[in-house]
Amino acid sequence: MPLHVEHKQLVVPGELLAEGDYLPGDNTYMASGKIYSQRVGLAEVKGKKVSVVALKGPYIPKVGDLVIGQVVGITLGGWLVDINSPYTAILSVPDAIGKPFSPELGPLAKILSIGDTIIAKVIAFDRTRDPSLTIKGRGLGKMEGDVVVDLAPTKIPRLIGRKGSMITMIKKLTGCEIVVGQNGKVLIRGRNPKMVELVIGAIRMVEEQAHIPGLTDRIRAYIEQGKQG
Amino acid sequence: METVKRKLIDENGLRVDGRRPDELRPIKMKVGLLANADGSAYIEQGKSKIIVAVYGPREVHPKHIGLPDRAIIRCRYHMAPFSTTERKSPAPSRREIELSKIIREALEPVIFSEYYPRSMIDIFIEVLQSDGGTRCAGITAASLALADAGIPLKDLVAACAVGKVDGQLVVDLNDEEDKEGEADMPLAYIPAFNAASLLQMDGQLTEEEFFKALEMGKKACLKIYEMQKQALKERYLKIKESVEAGEENQEA
Repeated sequence: MPLHVEHKQLVVPGELLAEGDYLPGDNTYMASGKIYSQRVGLAEVKGKKVSVVALKGPYIPKVGDLVIGQVVGITLGGWLVDINSPYTAILSVPDAIGKPFSPELGPLAKILSIGDTIIAKVIAFDRTRDPSLTIKGRGLGKMEGDVVVDLAPTKIPRLIGRKGSMITMIKKLTGCEIVVGQNGKVLIRGRNPKMVELVIGAIRMVEEQAHIPGLTDRIRAYIEQGKQG
Repeated sequence: METVKRKLIDENGLRVDGRRPDELRPIKMKVGLLANADGSAYIEQGKSKIIVAVYGPREVHPKHIGLPDRAIIRCRYHMAPFSTTERKSPAPSRREIELSKIIREALEPVIFSEYYPRSMIDIFIEVLQSDGGTRCAGITAASLALADAGIPLKDLVAACAVGKVDGQLVVDLNDEEDKEGEADMPLAYIPAFNAASLLQMDGQLTEEEFFKALEMGKKACLKIYEMQKQALKERYLKIKESVEAGEENQEA
């Protein structure tokens, strides 16, 4: 019952990962007793489960995800929001202002207009329906004057780190406030432009080096060096 | 006037470009070279040069062409006006429309399209320079671009043509062998299933020759498959090497 890959080994689609007594995890599939990879990524072996941590891929919404989106349209009962996914999200009026739509509200563009950036939570999504969002809740809502940086959605867990170790470290070292959207958008808020720049640099490093071990240490060194220089 | 046909295989058994019958042309592959596409790949197979861009899964427009249970896959094979010796009209020809369809059908079986209902995946294959075997090289590069886009695949698809010139079976025909030879048989092969997703034939082969050609094609595709895997990994390994080299310099 052999295992064909090492932990953290770079694999490509169709690569044989394991045979026999193993279970297929994320980004893998099983065919006639053999487990193959579906994506370019790093193999992960946990007990009997073999999975692949993808390096690139689209964002597929999940209920409960925090996302950062941009308003791209206004309909009769709400807004259309681009959340960097194959599916455009819908934000309905009650989920935005806490009460149903009424004509007295005036044009919806007064509340959110096209081009606005929002921090939102996914409240419903399945394969027949587009994702629904809400901006009612702490830390959610319209954003102004913050920097939003893109990162491959599959690398978001790497930016957060184990139990949030990476993101906590970046926040602590730079003093910036960082909101990580699961859809591959990272919002940075900081008074010091130099610190914001360092955070952007750190995110670029995650993008480029997510597959190389020892990333947290390299980012720590990068930020500390940047602070001195 | 009588024209003398050039011999395609010389007395040493070598082909017009000096290859042995079972030898592939030199192949170069590169992945992830376009910033605006979700995935991209470039292939040079002999003198044929092809660039492929993949977008998606993305929102379907117009919405009614979307499918409720899986992503739709669209493919466009196109030859640049400057890709041939005589200018080719940039409008899609009958041949290009057909090739777009068969290339799409060669790639469809490996894509987990059911993961992304109501969305679409676009594949653009642009032939920059043509010297035979572009449909096969297009499939090879398109599966790399799909993998680069992070689209879940059952396997990569490798493709290569087998043909018959001067009575002898040869792999990976170039333009001259394709035009002057007796037969040409493109094959797209999926190693994980030991299955073919494209098999066409132009010209004539005997039954015995056909099975031999199929075997030769399979072997050639497996060689290409190894190169594909290497090309996909290379990009990440290169960054890894440079990072590790940087660290060593710091320590020293």
